[in-house]
Amino acid sequence: MGKKILIVDDSTSMRQMISFTLKGAGYETAEAVDGNAGLAEAQKQRYDLVFTDVNMPGMDGLTFTSELRKLAEYKFVPVLVLTTEASTEKKMAGKKAGATGWLVKPFNPEQLLNTVKRVL
Amino acid sequence: MSIDLSQFKQTFLEESDEGLDVLESGLLALDSGSADEDVIHAVFRAAHSIKGGAGTFGLNEIASFTHIMETLLDEMRDGRREITQEAITALLNSVDVLRDMLEAAAEDVPPPMENAEQVTQELEAILNGVGQATIQTTTQATTNEQVVDEESVASVGWKVFFKPMEHMLRTGNDTVRILRELSALGEIKLTSDTSEIPDFSLMDPELSYISWNAELTGEISKEQITEIFEWVDEDCELVIEPFGEAKVEETAVPEAVAVAAETVQVAPETTAQPATVQSEPAAQPVAAKKERKKEGGSIRVGTDKVDELINMVGELVITQSMLSQMGSDFSMQRLEDMREGLSQLERNTRELQESVMRIRMLPISFSFQRFPRLVHDLSSKMGKKIELKLSGEQTELDKTVMEKIGDPLVHLVRNSLDHGIEKPEVRVEAGKPETGTIHLNAYHQGGHIMIEITDDGAGLPKDKLLAKAIKQGLTTESEGENMPDDKIYDFIFHPGFSTAETVSDVSGRGVGMDVVRKNIKELGGNIELSSEWGKGTKFTIRLPLTLAILDGQLLRIGDEVYIIPLVSIIESVEIDPSQISSIAGGNEVYKLRDEYIPLLHLDKMFRRPPRHNALEDSLMVVVEGDTHNLGIIVDDLLTQQQVVIKSLESNYKRVEGISGATILGDGTVALILDMMGLIAMSQAVDAPHAKAS
Repeated sequence: MGKKILIVDDSTSMRQMISFTLKGAGYETAEAVDGNAGLAEAQKQRYDLVFTDVNMPGMDGLTFTSELRKLAEYKFVPVLVLTTEASTEKKMAGKKAGATGWLVKPFNPEQLLNTVKRVL
Repeated sequence: MSIDLSQFKQTFLEESDEGLDVLESGLLALDSGSADEDVIHAVFRAAHSIKGGAGTFGLNEIASFTHIMETLLDEMRDGRREITQEAITALLNSVDVLRDMLEAAAEDVPPPMENAEQVTQELEAILNGVGQATIQTTTQATTNEQVVDEESVASVGWKVFFKPMEHMLRTGNDTVRILRELSALGEIKLTSDTSEIPDFSLMDPELSYISWNAELTGEISKEQITEIFEWVDEDCELVIEPFGEAKVEETAVPEAVAVAAETVQVAPETTAQPATVQSEPAAQPVAAKKERKKEGGSIRVGTDKVDELINMVGELVITQSMLSQMGSDFSMQRLEDMREGLSQLERNTRELQESVMRIRMLPISFSFQRFPRLVHDLSSKMGKKIELKLSGEQTELDKTVMEKIGDPLVHLVRNSLDHGIEKPEVRVEAGKPETGTIHLNAYHQGGHIMIEITDDGAGLPKDKLLAKAIKQGLTTESEGENMPDDKIYDFIFHPGFSTAETVSDVSGRGVGMDVVRKNIKELGGNIELSSEWGKGTKFTIRLPLTLAILDGQLLRIGDEVYIIPLVSIIESVEIDPSQISSIAGGNEVYKLRDEYIPLLHLDKMFRRPPRHNALEDSLMVVVEGDTHNLGIIVDDLLTQQQVVIKSLESNYKRVEGISGATILGDGTVALILDMMGLIAMSQAVDAPHAKAS
């Protein structure tokens, strides 16, 4: 069975693109539209990797990440932040919230899969 | 592996459309000072999402354009930059540019860049304080980096000291994974330092205690190494030093090159990827243009409307089965039941019709939503302070009607802005609040939608209007003396009638109110206005809710039944033949009270068998045109009823003077007269004589 990846992003096109790419590479995926939905989904079953956008209505990606880290099952699970900013400041905010790393938008499917391979 | 991303483009474009609306309304709210923190966050998010998506889906022009917007919005969001009028205006302009760019993307054509460049400069000027070309500085930076790259490759290998901080594992980063990635770069010699591992009893399995020394050999750039550690930069101690002799020429280290040959390939591959993405749009224009389904092709319908429809159909089916059962086993005792069943069927049909009509109905907010922006832009351009009030936005009307009323509404609002609302100083002098108000309101009345555009501006200058009308020969001084107000106001709907002394680019291009009225008439509606000098002006538009059904007056001419839209009829009178006089060219006019009305003999015009009745037994229906009224001589007026309009054009061909046809209760076809067309035809007949005389 493929590893399970949760995608949290308010943009439908982004979610679709990530999900489609990952499924094509044999991963299982689930999608959530914001941090709240992401937390709910994460507790339904354990995911092996979580992608989260930063700027989302409702619960943003950083709050989501730190909330997720509080859950025992997600203490060590890789959480990758999708950021459009290559600036150190933004990345560090993600790290501070407990993220494993980041993937800078825009990325293409190959870059996405390469990043996934780094952590899974 | 290549994945076709175009399948997500459509979703992205739809999403971006919504994003642009959020951007626009958010910026307008910020401008009026009514915005809270949530608004600026939402605005930032919208720009951010468009940028992220655009880059991902290969729309690089859009991505780089949005980047500047995003930077500015980010600073505003963090409170690092004041939200100035100037910035808002520039951002609003950039929304327009983005809209054009996205439209171009939807049609797979290269985006229009002229405006983008200008707006980019505006934004950059705000960002930098002056109009500095940041593009140049970035290219400078990249060349510098390249120089650094070359230097950093020029060593035999690298010594890496890596000491994860205790908490590193808790970020989901794994030491083993990092070392594995490192070893993939080249030949690695790894030693670990376990001296800091505490006593077993004190050890926390969630913490990291081991530090590592690695010697990497191969043609490896420092960037390749730092990239591996980029996620844990702050969570570890990291020292990367070159080792061996730093020889610049590659030939000097043939061994190292050979060893690293496999891994070196990785670098060009990863850097090559963005390049291919960039080249895509350039190739796009050559590709066959994909037909994007036009807007207006589809309609979003609320589930409640669909449910209602299903409900109706359910009832219809029950009524039908009841009736068919009755029909198979009919006796006269059941006649009453049958009648009841039929009336139920009638009710069901009517309700079903209404439900189906409702599916095409959309709230007028779709049309109203463009006005905040319009008012904002124009008022700042004209140095006026104007507040726009919207009400009744949820009032529904037919999608087609809404699309066609858009431009006339824009014209009326522009008109109120330009001619109606006075400049702030003039308003203060007149004892009015500095800020003027334009109010757009919509509501249902009967089978119609009413749209009101009210301003608290100066009102219409009656004297000026009258003077101009006399000058243009529309009326005479003696007629003007006791002319009622509404007649004077009516002059503004005459073609070529504009009171603006200088033509501004906001309104007053000479074409204007006459076109507005013509468009509204074409929709089967009308427009009225009331005005009070010094207090303001109010336009009221009355439109049918749908173009599919018409309130019609049935009339008979000879053996033919025609239908005239009820809204265009002013009155019907019995003909007094003594009031008819012939004018040049065999045309006739009828003197009705003080007015001469051109007469139209439809039977002659359509070359149909003549009327049955003598002239004195006939009736004249007076219909309203945009410039003058028209009298149509008919044998008889029949009933008034709602008729369903069928297109003549799609079933037969276009006929001048006829707007459509309908099927009457007895199954015969009746033609619906097009008043504007008839008046145009009668004028065309008039014209040669006017020249002759």
